Amino acid sequence: MKKWLQFLVLITSISATSALLASGGFSDNSKQAMPAVANAKWKTECSGCHMLYHPGLLPERSWNKMMAGLDKHFGENASLDDASRDEIARFLALNSADKQDNRRSNRINQSIPAGATPLRISETRYFTSKHDEIAASTFKRKSIGSAANCVACHQAAEKGDFSESQIRIPR
Amino acid sequence: MRNAYLLLALFFSQQAVAESASSLLKKYELLAKQENAAFVGFAADKGERFFHAERLHSDGKKVSCATCHTADPRKPGKTRANKVIEAMAISVNPQRFSDEAKVEKWFGRNCKDVLERACTAQEKGDFIAYLLSIK
Repeated sequence: MKKWLQFLVLITSISATSALLASGGFSDNSKQAMPAVANAKWKTECSGCHMLYHPGLLPERSWNKMMAGLDKHFGENASLDDASRDEIARFLALNSADKQDNRRSNRINQSIPAGATPLRISETRYFTSKHDEIAASTFKRKSIGSAANCVACHQAAEKGDFSESQIRIPR
Repeated sequence: MRNAYLLLALFFSQQAVAESASSLLKKYELLAKQENAAFVGFAADKGERFFHAERLHSDGKKVSCATCHTADPRKPGKTRANKVIEAMAISVNPQRFSDEAKVEKWFGRNCKDVLERACTAQEKGDFIAYLLSIK
């Protein structure tokens, strides 16, 4: 009986350790995912009309260009008062893809030519290569709308989590 | 007795809602008088026509307030980026017109998007009167 108990304790501790390792407890996994970021103004203002995009999805120069042209924001007027705009612009710049140390932001950033300042994440080479198996008609489904609606398929997109396990493509 | 308290609370909250939308209307009334010395008041039926009026945008598409908000202000609408817009009718969504800065932000954006110009105080007031009139 006692031996059986010792065995159980041993097995439990081994599986607990491996689970901890797999979850990134001791590994370098934190460098793969975009970090949690928070700014109340960004959250409210940038999710009024569309899903909330993580600042780590575009480099600083893209965010600066975006925030300087809010009166013509992808064909819509998204003007903000100066104080809100400046606060959000600072937050985006500080957490942008070229200021991040995670694998996805690094790859997005590296896929953009130095002379380019894309406003659409979906125009980056990183995005197109990651979605090359998705048909244009899939993006146009009513349940999705367009490639801009990440959260339609990537359940945790608004947290900056685009991992495979979080993907479910709706009909 | 508990029901009576609930009814009382409901009564006062409804009062508070009506208060915020109608106090905003008072502000627009002052502005409308500045815009037009012959101002006679706001009319819900004019607001209703304004909401549904379709025009040809310079991008070639027909557009109205109802394009995104749907023809029934009691129903939720959808933005072009596929996000739900809460209902506009104050009877359905008491949060509407309770925050002046928010109201002005959205009038500022949406008037330019639909009409390609700013809205007048008369138009804003008629529109709110219409949304207040929907039961």
